[in-house]
Amino acid sequence: MIDFTYTVWIVLIPLIIFVLVGFFGNKFKPLVSGVIGTSGLFVSMALSYYTAYQYFFVLPKAGDVFAKVIGYNTVWLKLTDKLHIDLGVLLDPISVMMLIVITTVSFMVHLYSIGYMHGEKGYMRFFSFLSLFSFSMLGLVVATNIFQMYIFWELVGVSSFLLIGFYYEKDSAVAASKKAFIVTRFADLGFLVGILILSFTTGTFDFITLTDPNGPAMLQGSGIMFLGLSTMTWSMIFIFMGGAGKSAMFPLHIWLPDAMEGPTPVSALIHAATMVVAGVYLVARLFPIFHFSAPVALDVVMYVGAFSSIFAAIIACTQFDIKRVLAYSTMSQIGLMMFALGVSGYGEEQGLGFMASMFHLFTHAFFKALLFLGAGAIIHAVHSNVMNEMGGLRKHLPITHLTFLIACLSIAGIPPLAGFFSKDEILAAGHEKSMILFILGLTISGLTAFYMFRLYFSIFWGKEQHYHHTPHEAPKVMTIPLMLLALGAIFAGFLPFASFVTSDGKPFATHIEPFVAIPAVLVGVIGALLAMVFYKKETNIPERISASLGGFYHAAFRKFYIDEVYLFITKKIIFNYVSQPIAWFDRHIVDGSMNGISYVTNGVSTKIKGFQSGQLQQYAWVFITGAVALTLAFIYLWTN
Amino acid sequence: MFDGVPLSWFLIVATIMFFVGIYGFLVRKNLITMLMSLELILNSVNINFVAFNKLLYPNHLEGMFFSIFIIAVAASEASVAIAIIINIYRRLVNIDVEKMEEMKY
Amino acid sequence: MTSNQIMFFIFSAVIVIFSILTVSSRRILRAATFLLFVLVATAGLYFMLRFNFLAAIQLTLYAGGIVVLIIFSILLTSQVGQKLELPSVKKRIFAAFAALAGGLVCIFAILQYNFPIAVTDLSTERTTIDDIGKAMISTGKYGYALPFEVISILLLAAMIGAIIIAKKRKD
Repeated sequence: MIDFTYTVWIVLIPLIIFVLVGFFGNKFKPLVSGVIGTSGLFVSMALSYYTAYQYFFVLPKAGDVFAKVIGYNTVWLKLTDKLHIDLGVLLDPISVMMLIVITTVSFMVHLYSIGYMHGEKGYMRFFSFLSLFSFSMLGLVVATNIFQMYIFWELVGVSSFLLIGFYYEKDSAVAASKKAFIVTRFADLGFLVGILILSFTTGTFDFITLTDPNGPAMLQGSGIMFLGLSTMTWSMIFIFMGGAGKSAMFPLHIWLPDAMEGPTPVSALIHAATMVVAGVYLVARLFPIFHFSAPVALDVVMYVGAFSSIFAAIIACTQFDIKRVLAYSTMSQIGLMMFALGVSGYGEEQGLGFMASMFHLFTHAFFKALLFLGAGAIIHAVHSNVMNEMGGLRKHLPITHLTFLIACLSIAGIPPLAGFFSKDEILAAGHEKSMILFILGLTISGLTAFYMFRLYFSIFWGKEQHYHHTPHEAPKVMTIPLMLLALGAIFAGFLPFASFVTSDGKPFATHIEPFVAIPAVLVGVIGALLAMVFYKKETNIPERISASLGGFYHAAFRKFYIDEVYLFITKKIIFNYVSQPIAWFDRHIVDGSMNGISYVTNGVSTKIKGFQSGQLQQYAWVFITGAVALTLAFIYLWTN
Repeated sequence: MFDGVPLSWFLIVATIMFFVGIYGFLVRKNLITMLMSLELILNSVNINFVAFNKLLYPNHLEGMFFSIFIIAVAASEASVAIAIIINIYRRLVNIDVEKMEEMKY
Repeated sequence: MTSNQIMFFIFSAVIVIFSILTVSSRRILRAATFLLFVLVATAGLYFMLRFNFLAAIQLTLYAGGIVVLIIFSILLTSQVGQKLELPSVKKRIFAAFAALAGGLVCIFAILQYNFPIAVTDLSTERTTIDDIGKAMISTGKYGYALPFEVISILLLAAMIGAIIIAKKRKD
């Protein structure tokens, strides 16, 4: 057996950095805090890679299955002998994979931020929050039990809130951070309810027991029905609600586009590569329960994922803010991952969808982080987010241009880049389930290619705009992460992913099916070519098309009025009919009783304060008459 | 009975002196006159102690020692009180007890 | 009427009359003088009771020390010729009521109570300074070494306190 106790340091190092930079950051120069954060993350990353090596290659497999290993464990809250909440490190293929993803992207973002945030106010605040986020995210993925996951889940939410609202002087950033926090909090309520139902029916929090195919979670709970569904199904649906909130699935996606108010590295790390996939990770973590005890919930996952994916892809085609396009693209890709999980079965070849989802999560982290960081470099150069104000940037930003192109090709699924392989697996999984789903997946792929290349051509080709100053390439410290991530976006797909991460831990071999791969590549190429025709040279085709689509285009441009619906529900219905009566009750009954008490106290004290006259002789008189009266009483009343 | 003077006579004289002191303490405005009233009160208590001692327990000395200690306490009390009075006078330029009410409510 | 009784009546008359004068005189210096008479008469009572040492202390400490201190402070803080303000009638009535009620209750109680009479004639007995001194430093039964020490600390503290309080501040 290999001792995995050191893995706890992967999680703890960012925490130490957070404390160090957060509390003592103003003692040293801004640059130093950035360097400390980056080097700390480098250590974490190195440890993660070492862990992955140890886990996948050194640790002996238990009958060619990757076992689940508890690297470190401590009992934190002992509720009963059976039910206790632990904090620890659980190593299994998906958590090890997530460790690599998170530490790598986080390290890249740290490195990039040294340059990007240069000269910003709150430089060390930024780095301390970034470390806090890394800590919470790592703690989330290595959670040994669902309660630990919930704790870190909330911590992730808090650090996301802090980072979106990083520019707290901007009203829009404050509003966006509040929105993100409230929406995800609302979703987390569902998560908590799900946890409570789950732990109540199974009597455990522990993931290993919960996900054991022969464990109590599979046997219990399926008998009790509520509204036609078993309690297990209900708990899984509630838990998925939490996951949907974090992963910006429809209809809880509204916070993600607004979250782009945060600094761009934050968008890259939190709102593209890591935090938003927490929902996918959550479903993957509980996948055996979904599959065996709650197939209905798994269908919900599939439908929500598929719908969110196409919904977001359509909106992405109409947006002009580059970060928003990327945000909707993220939502769409996560929808694909959810969709893949939803169609998956359990065990070896059956679990192709599961594997594909994790694979896509892995590759997506690289190219989406790359896209965001590239967008950051572009924004850094032209000081604008809007793609209409850009054009012809390929000459000014050669490295950014090249890496951005790689990322676009990768996400569009052009072989042999990483995105091709993972997306191919997803489509294959969809194809196994049904033809309609396969066509849906193809449509999404085509749309993805279209909007990504729309973005690419508008920014780097097209007519050269008039800029305030000539755009210049970002400093080395920003371009190096871009190049490293580009390497990931190119080569990550060549990993034999199915031999490491599968639904039941048993490796299997995958192969590219031509009848899946050829249409997928064709659709991607067509999407990209269309975008090239529309946007490479300035034409009026896009305007003509949008005009011919009329109302649909407008609806998509306004994000299908989801925000308006929410506003209508909250402002018109909840505020008027729920909150106002409560507010009235609070103001008049609760406050009224408190005010009444204070009013009475005040009145009585005004009346009796005359006794406190400051007149010594008055006091003495009262004292003496009192003493005389007492004496009288003692002598004549209390003697028998 | 002490050569024709009963204990109660001493006590009555002391009582009268005590309550005259009380009356003075209650009506006098000047702090120094209040202090004098206080001396009367202490003195009357002394008389009580001494009379009890002599007429009830002639072989003991407790009452007398009490008186001695009370005199010592009275002396220290008077000195501190007068120091305070002088300090007050220095600040407020009068020593009228009715005007010292800055600390009320 | 025995000579003792005559002596007692004289002393108690002085005490009562001058007490009342002390608390009612409107000239503050006179009030202090009347207080002196009261204290001297009290010393007379102590002599009658054969407490010579205590009487001597009463004369030196009270009459000699405290009254002089009071007169000093009067001279420091008041104008000697000035008559004191008469307190308000209401205040006097209330104070007189309290004092009278208390006095009557006490006197009534004293007269009702039958005190055991232990001594009839002690004209020959004297408390000597020798006894007092021995009791003062004795630590056994009826010894007063501890209170003696305590009271000496108290006197020291009062002395220091009085100096600190009355001292002129620099500011």
